[in-house]
Amino acid sequence: MKMLTATNDFVVKFATINGSGSASANDMFAKAVMRMGVPASPRNIFPSNIQGLPTWYEVRVTQDGWLGRRGGVDMMVAMNPQTWEADINEIESGGYLLYDSTRTLPKSKFRDDVNAIGVPLTAICNDIWHDPRQRQLFKNIMYVGALSALLDIDLGAIESLLGEQYKNKEKLLEANKQALHLGRDYVIENLAHPIGLRVCKTDRVGDRIFVDGNSATALGCLYGGATVCSWYPITPSTSVVEAFQSYCKKYRVDPATGANKFAVVQAEDELASIGIAVGAGWNGTRAFTATSGPGISLMTEFIGLAYFAEVPVTIINVQRGGPSTGMPTRTQQSDLIACAYASHGDTKHVLLFPEDPHECFEFAAQALDLAERLQAPIFVMSDLDIGMNPRLCAPFVWDDAREYDRGKVMTAAELEAGKDFGRYKDIDGDGIPYRTYPGTHPSRGAYFTRGSSRDLYARYSERGPDYIYNMQRLLQKFEYAKKLVPPPILRAAAQKTRHGAIYFGSTSPAMDEAIIALERDGLHVDTVRVRAFPFADTVAEFIAAHERVFVVEQNRDGQLRTMLINEFDIDPARLVSIVHYEGTPITARFITGAIKQQLGAASVHEAPKAADMQSSCALDSAIHRMHRDAPTRVSKGHSP
Amino acid sequence: MTYIAKPKLHHPHLTCNAIGFTRRDYEGKISTLCAGCGHDSISAAIIHACWELSIEPHRIAKLSGIGCSSKTPDYFLGQSHGFNTVHGRMPSVLTGANLANRKLFYLGVSGDGDSASIGIGQLVHAIRRGVRMVYIVENNGVYGLTKGQFSATADQGSVSKKGARNTDVPLDLVGLAMHLGASFVARSFSGDKHQLIPLIKAAIAHKGTAFIDVVSPCVTFNNHAGSTKSYEYVREHNDAVNPFDYIAPRAPITVDYAPGEVVDVQMHDGSLLRLRKLDTNYDPSDRAAAISYVHTQQLRGEIVTGLLYVDADSHDLHQHLNTVAVPLNTLTAKDLSPGKATLDKINAALR
Repeated sequence: MKMLTATNDFVVKFATINGSGSASANDMFAKAVMRMGVPASPRNIFPSNIQGLPTWYEVRVTQDGWLGRRGGVDMMVAMNPQTWEADINEIESGGYLLYDSTRTLPKSKFRDDVNAIGVPLTAICNDIWHDPRQRQLFKNIMYVGALSALLDIDLGAIESLLGEQYKNKEKLLEANKQALHLGRDYVIENLAHPIGLRVCKTDRVGDRIFVDGNSATALGCLYGGATVCSWYPITPSTSVVEAFQSYCKKYRVDPATGANKFAVVQAEDELASIGIAVGAGWNGTRAFTATSGPGISLMTEFIGLAYFAEVPVTIINVQRGGPSTGMPTRTQQSDLIACAYASHGDTKHVLLFPEDPHECFEFAAQALDLAERLQAPIFVMSDLDIGMNPRLCAPFVWDDAREYDRGKVMTAAELEAGKDFGRYKDIDGDGIPYRTYPGTHPSRGAYFTRGSSRDLYARYSERGPDYIYNMQRLLQKFEYAKKLVPPPILRAAAQKTRHGAIYFGSTSPAMDEAIIALERDGLHVDTVRVRAFPFADTVAEFIAAHERVFVVEQNRDGQLRTMLINEFDIDPARLVSIVHYEGTPITARFITGAIKQQLGAASVHEAPKAADMQSSCALDSAIHRMHRDAPTRVSKGHSP
Repeated sequence: MTYIAKPKLHHPHLTCNAIGFTRRDYEGKISTLCAGCGHDSISAAIIHACWELSIEPHRIAKLSGIGCSSKTPDYFLGQSHGFNTVHGRMPSVLTGANLANRKLFYLGVSGDGDSASIGIGQLVHAIRRGVRMVYIVENNGVYGLTKGQFSATADQGSVSKKGARNTDVPLDLVGLAMHLGASFVARSFSGDKHQLIPLIKAAIAHKGTAFIDVVSPCVTFNNHAGSTKSYEYVREHNDAVNPFDYIAPRAPITVDYAPGEVVDVQMHDGSLLRLRKLDTNYDPSDRAAAISYVHTQQLRGEIVTGLLYVDADSHDLHQHLNTVAVPLNTLTAKDLSPGKATLDKINAALR
């Protein structure tokens, strides 16, 4: 029979049952691979359920550092009888199946072209442990032990991880080690090992950290100086606030008094969560809320109020699929339009698109600055794929000299000195007026905040010219935001090309890999990763410089594409939508296939025609400018 | 129009309070409500109470939702910051504002549409949390700005101006507030400033959620025969349980009553509430009894007013959250960011 062989480049998928305690064992497997210096990219695929429904954990072992989902499975650890058939069918031909052979299964349950490896996990486990919960839990660590022998994983790496996890819990540590060895020893004594798939020590992980986006976002809020957090539990954003709380308990308690330099309120709903954050922002603290699509819908009226009343507030949106019960545990990038134009009246909001936990940290902290500088709601558009899966990424960076940008706030001294205060008056052309905090000065600087009916001095007004002044100033402010938000990242293909691709957020790792794969096939595509809305003018230049531009995103309607057309007034025919929205993260294989299909391989790498030369040059200059303006770190998951 | 400011000129001999302000310093813009509106009397009572308490006007933040009542914060305390938020959501915005700066006083003004219908969830949960604030509902049983629909506090059987009869059961806001654990609950009548002013003063001094339901007749849409929120009806059915004096900390107590006639409630800031008992059995520190009394009287068609319940040892949200003594909005990067060295350690632990 064919046996797949690969070193440091394969996919293992664990099919288990929710609530069976498999998560920490699976996590340990991924970490052990990384401790051997081999990048790995794990993903949880889990149901909206606490106990009993099927759940999967997929680990891509990837020496080249491709952190996107690859697609396909080389080895299945099939621990869930409910999904056995579908799981078996997913294995690549010549791949491997690790299963519990305690009970003999008929031949019809297996595939001829898949190498079945049976380990009697339940039988071994039941001999040693008698408590049902222990029998369940230790079976998980046993299959990790079996895998260590099958895939040639360093036992020491796993043991040291166990040591870290069960620090000061000697009894548990010993029992886990015992289980690990039971699984491993069975393989060593009874089965051929290692198999064709192997992990071999290398040094490709570098100084990268392994962390989930929600923890990173929370840490960004902590470093960025958020003191008020109001929220309502919703998957997949809940762990942002849970992490924020636990970081605050560790780093935000005044050692002298034991008092908290933070306030977290679990509100009764999302209306109240955003209301609390808006009230806190109005009164001069840095406040945020974390939510997902349905929460955004409920917050929409308040988002409009904050836009018109010009109140700073940071909204973390960890996007998921669909409305209502929808697909709360599946990833999507489908709230772009809902957030960008949230609320009634004419509104536009600043969105930031992090690609990984590193940017979740950076953008969360930056959002708090932007909210105060722009006196507006700022959205950090994460998603389930980034938020709830640990990902290898560049370490977090913080400069101790960094001060918070509190924006234009008029002080008591300035008011006392007689400085003119017009709450909604632009005095220097950026569209941003001064504000005062409540309680600043006994007789100057107070104002009555409302929605849109006000004049320059915040007095009630329903006059048309006053309204138009405000609306135009808000537009001017939005335009000014372009200078402050993270710039897009352009990447020129190895050869000049008439084709470009635009993408953002969690599509990044799959896109990085797809571009290289296409290049290997002689298909060249320039790319731009959009990192914020409003879009920089260079994005329009990029589109103008290419004949066809693919917009790759994870939603049905091509929402980024719609926004690009809307904002730049672009002929829709120039932008080709490539969308992936079935709930699992987009893969490089999908993108490569879709682009190839669109291009029809022939037309791609021909030399640019004379007519195209000009646009190619325009692109060159756009790229040149971008490289000059962009931060030095061009984030890529793979080694050069 | 609300942008018309009142003339600055005033009588040269207006009395100053302890910090040198006259009553005029606590006023706002000219009201745009209908002449005779109960809400304007409440604004006047707020002005008077703040002046008597000698609070610097800018140390108060006033917040409201949407509706006639929610417009009123523009008509008092012109030197205070105000926030006219969205319909029914004042409590959440006030909660956030309060978290940001615990050193200011927070006054939330709402109506029966704003609080008993669209915003009842926020009212309920702000009370449950014990946000320190004075929450005044200007209760007229009717939607004024949209011209006369019943609100959720309109009594069953009451008749609208157009002749429609209300069939829905009314929400009893004071009963609700007491059930939810508000630590200061009162009801008053916009036409009785002698009762309302000391109630507002006591509410401001109270450390916790102080809820005041003020029946405030709508002269345009709900002041006719058949309404149970008209001036006439409320005057006829007002059962005032305990007229009282608010005595500021360290102020001399000048009025004397015979023993048994008064109940003193010592507030946390040293102020004293001296309640004259009209009903000798009424004990405002007994929540269950208060709920029962208010309900029993309501069944008899009586509107119980006065300080219905007070817990002088109350706690507020800041105590529950154990926040630092300084306002959170004064903390800087130095106070809040754990710094690079810590981040390096966090990074190391993630490898």
